[in-house]
Order: sequence, then structure tokens, then C-alpha cells
Amino acid sequence: MKLTLKIWRQAGPTDKGAIHTYQLDDVSPDMSFLEMLDVLNEQLNAEGEEPIAFDSDCREGICGMCGLMINGDAHGPEVTTTCQLHMRSFSDGETITIEPWRSEAFPVLKDLVVDRSAFDRIIQQGGYISVNTGSAPEAHSVPVPRDDAMRAFNVATCIGCGACVAACPNGSASLFMGAKITHLGELPQGQPERDSRVVNMVAQHDAEGFGGCTNIGACTAACPKEIPLDVISQLNKDLRTAIKHGH
Amino acid sequence: MDMPDTVTAAEASHSGFLDGDYDDAAGYYTPGAPLVDSKAPDGPISERWQNRKFEARLVNPANRRKLSIIIVGTGLAGASAAATLGEAGYRVKSFCYQDSPRRAHSIAAQGGINAAKNYKEDGDSVHRLFYDTVKGGDYRSRESNVYRLAEVSTNIIDQCVAQGVPFAREYGGLLDNRSFGGVQVSRTFYARGQTGQQLLIGAYQALERQVAAGTVSMYTRHEMLELITIDGKARGIIARDMVTGEIETHLADVVVLASGGYGNVFYLSTNAMGCNVTAAWRAHRKGAYMANPCFTQIHPTCIPVSGEHQSKLTLMSESLRNDGRIWVPKNQADCEKDPRDIPEEDRDYFLERIYPSFGNLVPRDIASRAAKNMCDEGRGVGPEVEGVRRGVYLDFAAAIERLGRDGVEEKYDNLLDMYERITGENPYEVPMRIYPAVHYVMGGLWVDYDLQSTIPGLFVTGEANFSDHGANRLGASALMQGLADGYFVLPHTIRDYLADGPFEEIAEDHPAVVEARESVKGRIDHFLSVNGTRSVDSYHRELGNIMWEYCGMERTETGLKKAIDLIRGLKDDFYRNVKVLGSAETLNQSLEKAGRVADFFELGELMCIDALNRRESCGGHFRGESQTEDGEAMRHDEEYAYVAAWEWAGEDSIPVLHKEDLVYTAIEMKQRSYK
Ligand SMILES: Cc1cc2nc3c(=O)[nH]c(=O)nc-3n(C[C@H](O)[C@H](O)[C@H](O)COP(=O)(O)OP(=O)(O)OC[C@H]3O[C@@H](n4cnc5c(N)ncnc54)[C@H](O)[C@@H]3O)c2cc1C
Ligand code: SF4
Ligand code: FES
Repeated sequence: MKLTLKIWRQAGPTDKGAIHTYQLDDVSPDMSFLEMLDVLNEQLNAEGEEPIAFDSDCREGICGMCGLMINGDAHGPEVTTTCQLHMRSFSDGETITIEPWRSEAFPVLKDLVVDRSAFDRIIQQGGYISVNTGSAPEAHSVPVPRDDAMRAFNVATCIGCGACVAACPNGSASLFMGAKITHLGELPQGQPERDSRVVNMVAQHDAEGFGGCTNIGACTAACPKEIPLDVISQLNKDLRTAIKHGH
Repeated sequence: MDMPDTVTAAEASHSGFLDGDYDDAAGYYTPGAPLVDSKAPDGPISERWQNRKFEARLVNPANRRKLSIIIVGTGLAGASAAATLGEAGYRVKSFCYQDSPRRAHSIAAQGGINAAKNYKEDGDSVHRLFYDTVKGGDYRSRESNVYRLAEVSTNIIDQCVAQGVPFAREYGGLLDNRSFGGVQVSRTFYARGQTGQQLLIGAYQALERQVAAGTVSMYTRHEMLELITIDGKARGIIARDMVTGEIETHLADVVVLASGGYGNVFYLSTNAMGCNVTAAWRAHRKGAYMANPCFTQIHPTCIPVSGEHQSKLTLMSESLRNDGRIWVPKNQADCEKDPRDIPEEDRDYFLERIYPSFGNLVPRDIASRAAKNMCDEGRGVGPEVEGVRRGVYLDFAAAIERLGRDGVEEKYDNLLDMYERITGENPYEVPMRIYPAVHYVMGGLWVDYDLQSTIPGLFVTGEANFSDHGANRLGASALMQGLADGYFVLPHTIRDYLADGPFEEIAEDHPAVVEARESVKGRIDHFLSVNGTRSVDSYHRELGNIMWEYCGMERTETGLKKAIDLIRGLKDDFYRNVKVLGSAETLNQSLEKAGRVADFFELGELMCIDALNRRESCGGHFRGESQTEDGEAMRHDEEYAYVAAWEWAGEDSIPVLHKEDLVYTAIEMKQRSYK
């Protein structure tokens, strides 16, 4: 395959940045999208141009490190992570535009690399169950109905990639936050801190500059882990309950 | 699957081995003094850990705030330790190279985590988990450490459940277990195929809670590039801020490395792209011994290489071997054919043929080597990469017939989907292709019972240390070890060291600190100034090929000696001809990789020397010279029942070998047999 690649290049956080155009021949349909960029980087390095910076680590769809806007879609045309996208999803001669996540709360650090540390700061505000090491009761002392455990698991699969934010016209992180609220809220262990968790996480979310949710649903469509939109309803429900409880 | 039949070591050490006179590695190393674990307690094995915890001195809660701990790594081993030590009130600094601690490579673990809960009442116990682990490690691990691992395993599950880890449950709401990795009891806890992810998120959340509490300072996108030692003790690290390029000095009273495994020395492995040996290797160069570095685990069920662009390999859970049948064509001429057109009588189900009693369920190393042999014979399938077809079929046709497509879907759907996504082939219609890949390293920095390295004040946990898995690791035991070390072992043993505090304040202009900082800057300047012709990746790939060819599934004296020469030559060329563009003052991924690859060269050479020295086959280490007449591994306990701990002797010297004898008091050594 031959491709034309239009790629965002930005030397550093304060640089303005611009789209650069590159030609790449000999792309195999079996390559992953990031392997295609590796090949381009080898070519650039040989030509004396600095390789394009982009994030990835596990390259198997689980660490959440990768994430690119590909032709305007977060993680590209398939329901998967950028690292699990393969070139067979594109056709010979195609032009592909590649940009970083775009969101006020995710500033660009260089080229396609953004700063997602706001997610960690949201978790710091309550995305956990307070239990010190060694103080846990015997695991079987609290049975959890299988369906609750399954639902908790399904939303706990969020990989923290940020595609939901990148896809949202408001730049909201509600899907990410709702997944965590739902994960912990489904479990008996998560109940004692349920109210404070949602209130504090939402406050941090807003302080980081993420936008509000207006129920567009672009987040869930872009989510590689198919986190359902109803976690946001759960988030809102929990928030209302907490406020009713006087938080 | 059943446990293998066993014969005693005496029965097995028959012909073939001549009195232990071999010294294949002569000229490549200097013999050193024997090494003993000074912290290993005596007494009955089941009381050792209790005794050690009691003897380890306490630190007054009021003093803890004055004591500082650096922890490099936020995988299961690092995040759990940082959270726990933060909760205890110490001042902790935690480092990872990713943009968030939640992305450490532990996140990718699929299958599960072992614990001796005996919830199934199927005869499991601490002693049985201990026994299985030592035996699985082919009697090359340290008995006391393994027993403790089995002992604390049960606490791990309690802790994780309390944190909200959504393990699989039965209808009654209690935890489900499965049998994993060839053991007869069901002791593996799991969260679908994402156990590592769920456990790590639990530890990450506990860690972030401490960040909010102010006990832990988190340094993401920071790479440790040097260890600072003062008066022989570990006192800090030099780290590079990977965004600004700033070279930072971080001082502390004690340093913990939880930096993971070094399987990426092979270039292609199931590890994440950034997994590296730099933290451990820099410590090694400062005096920490490296133990059994050649012990590598190669996993049989990975998706094969599809072309020269390949950047990493993907593991598919071993559980596929429960229902899939592995075969290659009997005739080379059929290798290009559509497998569906190859009639039953022309297929060679080689594992079922060679190992009739275990068939497709033989241990990882045996399955891997057999697949390699088939491909070496020219009967591999799939695309030719560099002239050879490296793949064997894993066929679900029989399982689909037996269980129905729905039945197979229910058990394996996410795995089969993943396969289809990567290869573009539908495994319900065409047999899958698999090939072995490097997956885990049992070797690592030497530690004593307290998890302290040979550098006082430097502790090592998780995959980065060597102690628990011997020459081979059982499935679902790495997660157990990482969390055991971090939640339940290190917090107790480290306090005995910290009880000596307060420690002398170190100034940033202390000569040893300045020296460490300057050496890091010097290395970076060098990489940027060579301005040669070859990219870092091209060197890494070539190094990986050498390692895979000569220090992979089968190792021989001639091969290893050749590899050492090749590595030395390639390393030389790297320092003279590598091309790293960009600057040191910005995010520069080529520069990051250059530092890692430079350390991989030195590690790779040591792995070959270690493999050369060990003229026996044990666990994942198969020496061509040490096999039975029908090609099975032969261990030599008389000569090699020791840990090979290597000391760095300087840039232009050969390493020094220290041996720690392995003594088993609670278990009898047996030779394994799977025929
Ligand atoms: C695909 C796959 C599946 C697996 N499945 C299982 C399974 O089912 N069950 C099981 O028990 N085991 C499994 N394993 C093995 C297991 O996942 C690992 O051995 C284990 O998670 C290692 O944990 P760790 O905490 O020691 O290191 P890691 O999780 O690798 O963490 C290393 C940490 O160190 C940091 N780091 C490294 N170098 C530096 C540096 N120089 N500077 C700063 N930070 C640094 C990294 O940022 C990271 O935070 C699997 C492994 C793989 C690859
Ligand atoms: S909710 Fe989905 S898109 Fe958002 S961070 Fe989680 S996995 Fe990524
Ligand atoms: S690189 Fe880990 S999810 Fe893509």
C-alpha cells in the first residue's frame, strides 16, 4: 500500500504546531497502525528529520497509553485502541490525517503526545476504596451477587485512554468518571464512600477544565472498551443522592 | 492436566554428563567467593517468616515521616509497596516512565493470580502451593522465599477484594477459581482475561489515595538512569524528566527497584515497548549482583511474526491449549496449502505424538521447543519471514464439533476476537497460527530473604528480582509475587533497615552525586553527538535476533560463544554509528531508546555467559549438550544446584561469579518427566 500521511507536528508545549505531509510506500496490510508510524519514523530518521513522537506501550489494547485522532476519529475507524488498529482497515492510495487528542484538559507536549495527568488527579479525589494494607477482612466474608460483580467488572475495564474526552465536543470526561463511580458503586465495599467519592471527583473534573456532559454519546461510540453511556446516568444519580444527603 | 510422573534425581543423572568437569565459560568470568543469604532464618520452614517479622526492628510512627523511600516502578510490585509504605507514614517518591502509574506492564497480565485459599476444598494448602512453585521452578529457587510467598498469598486476595477488585464470582456470590498452568488444584483467581489490569488498578487507586494524602509524591514520565551510592549504600537516583529533559537528582534513605522484567533484550517479546533493564542494570554496575540472568520463559501460544515491521508479540492465553489441537503438515510440500485442504492423515499432531500422556498440555518450555523443532525441520506454516515459516496450527475444529460454536465462543471469544483483529483471519474457520515468544524473565537482581540486594539500602521486588521462580515460573504466580512483595513482605523487611535511621543528610553537590549526574549527562551527550547512520531500533532488532537465535529456546556452547562475539561487535558499532536526532532538552523517544538498548547489550552478553556456564537443562533453560537420548531436558543437581550471582567487575573486565548453594530441607529434589 502507498499512503499520504498528514501528521500534526509540534516541537513543544508552547510551539504553535502544524500539519506536515509525508509519503509512505510499502505499507503492509498486516502492520498495526503504530508499526506503520514506526516505519515512517525509520524513514525520517534516515533522512535526518526528527522522528514523530507518539505514545504507546503495551500495544495490545490494555494499558491505555496510545491514542490518536485518525481522520477525525478517536482511535480511528474501528472500535478498538490505536495500537490494535491494523492497516487492512485502510486502502491503497488513501490520505490519512493524524492528530493528537484535542482537549483543553489534555495539553499537547510534543507532536502527538498529550498530558493526561488530569485523569490521575480525578482518581486521587476519591476513585478508590479506603482500606489500608493488612486491614482487609477475609475475602469470603462479603459475598457479592454475581451480576453486580459482572457489571462492576465490565465498567472497570476502562483503560483511561482519554478517547471519550477527545471525541466529546464539550471535552467532558464524564464517561471515564462514570465508569469509576459505577465500578466502585456496584460493590458492597464501595458504599461507605459513595457520596463523597462522586462529589469530590466531579469537583476535580470541573477544576481540570473538562466540559459538562450534554448527552451527545460521542464518548461511548469512541470508547475502545465499549463503556456504556448509562454510567453517566449513574454518575448523575449518585451526585443527586449525595447532594440530597447534604454533601 | 495431571502432575507429571517423577523419578528421583539419582535415577535421572545417568549417562551423558562427565563428572561436572566442564567449564564452558572459562575465560569469560572470574570465580568469586560463595554467596550466602545472611537474612535467611533457620528453623521449621513454616515459622521462618513469623520469626523474621518479629525480629525485624520496628520504626516508631513519629520517626517514619523523617525517613524517605524511593520506589522505581508502579507495577504490581511497586504500586503496592508505595501505597503500603505511604500508609505507614514514610515519605515516598514513586517513579514510572509511563504518563500514569496505572499503565505499568502488569496491566497486561491475562490469566490470573494464585492463592492457597483452598476455597474449592480440593486439597490445596500453603504447603502445596509452595511445593508446586519450587517444583515448577525446577529446583532452582530459594526454598524460604517461596514458602513465604505461598504463605502470604491468601492475604493478597483479601486485600484486593476489599479494594474493589472485581474478581469472577459464582452464582452464590463467592469467588470463583480455576485451574491454571498444569496444576491439579483450582487456586487461580481471575477477572475474565484481564486479571493484571484489575489488580493493578486496585494498587494504583491505593497509590493515588496516598498521593492525595501527601505521603507519596508521584513522578510520571521520569526514567531512572543511575543509582547513587554513598559509602557503599544506596542513597538515591538520577532520573530524567522525559518531557523537559531535565536531569534530576532524587535523594533518599533507601531505594526500591520494582522496575519489571527485561524480556525486551530479545527485541520481540510479549512485554510492553518500554520495558527495560536500565534501572536494574545501572544498579548492577554499582554493585548489585545479577542472578541467573539467562533464565527466560518462552510462552508457546503467541501470535506469530507477520513481517519485518513487527514491533512486539501478543500472547494468547494458555487456556487455548485445553481445547485446541496443535499440528503441522507431515509433508513440507503441504506447508503452503490452505490447512483445511490437508487431510487428517497428512497432519502431524506432534505434541500428542511425542507426549502421548500430556499431549497439548505439556509445560510451556516443552511445547515451545517442540514447535521450534517443527519449524526448523521446514514444516512451519504461515508467511515466510527471513526465509523460514515460523508458525504451527492451533486448531479448534474438533472443539467446535464437540462443544458447538457457541460453546467455544463462550469460553474463548475475547481471545479469538483478538486473534482475528491482529491477523485478519477468522479462527472459527481457519486454524489459528501460533509460535513461541519471550514472555517473562525469572532472572533478576539477587536479593536476600529481606529482598535486599548486595548493595545495602537497595531493595528489589517483583519481576526485577530473581528469588521465587527458579528456572521456570508457574502460570499466575508473577502477579502473586509482585503483590506479595509489595503489600506484605517489603514493608516488614525494609523497616529493619530503616530502624538504623535517621541517616546522614546528603548534599546535592556530594562528589558521588555529582559523579552520577555527570555520567548520565555524558552518556546522553554521547548518543546525541555520534551522528552515525543507523537507528537505535535497527540495533535493537539485530541484538534481539542474536539473543533469540543463540540464547533462546535452545542454547549450545558454540552458539553462545558466537553470540558473545556478535554482541560485542554490535555494541562497538552502536557506540560509533548510532543516529539519534533531536535534543536532550525535549521529549525525545529515540534518545530514551538509545539508553535502554545500550544497557541491553551488556545484559545480553551476561545472559550468554550465564547460559554458557550452566551446562545443564533446567526449567526454561535448555542446553543442547544436556539432554537425554530422546531429547528431553537433563538437570544436574550435583553440579548446578546453585544460584549464579554475577558481579560487575568494570567496563573492561569479565564478570565475577558468586554461587549461592540451594539447599532444600522441606522438599525432595526430583527430575521431571512428561512422557
Ligand atoms: C502478556 C503478559 C501476560 C501475563 N499474564 C500473567 C498472568 O496471567 N499471571 C501472572 O501471574 N503473570 C502474568 N504475566 C507476568 C506478570 O504480568 C509480570 O511479571 C508482572 O506483572 C511484573 O510486575 P512488576 O511490578 O514487577 O513490573 P511491571 O508491571 O513491569 O512494572 C515495571 C514498572 O517499572 C517502571 N520502570 C521500569 N524501568 C524504569 C526506569 N528506568 N525508570 C522509571 N521507571 C521504570 C515502569 O514504568 C513500571 O511502572 C504476564 C506477562 C505478560 C507480558
Ligand atoms: S471510558 Fe473508554 S474512552 Fe474513556 S478513558 Fe475509559 S476506555 Fe478510554
Ligand atoms: S499501547 Fe497500550 S493500549 Fe495501546
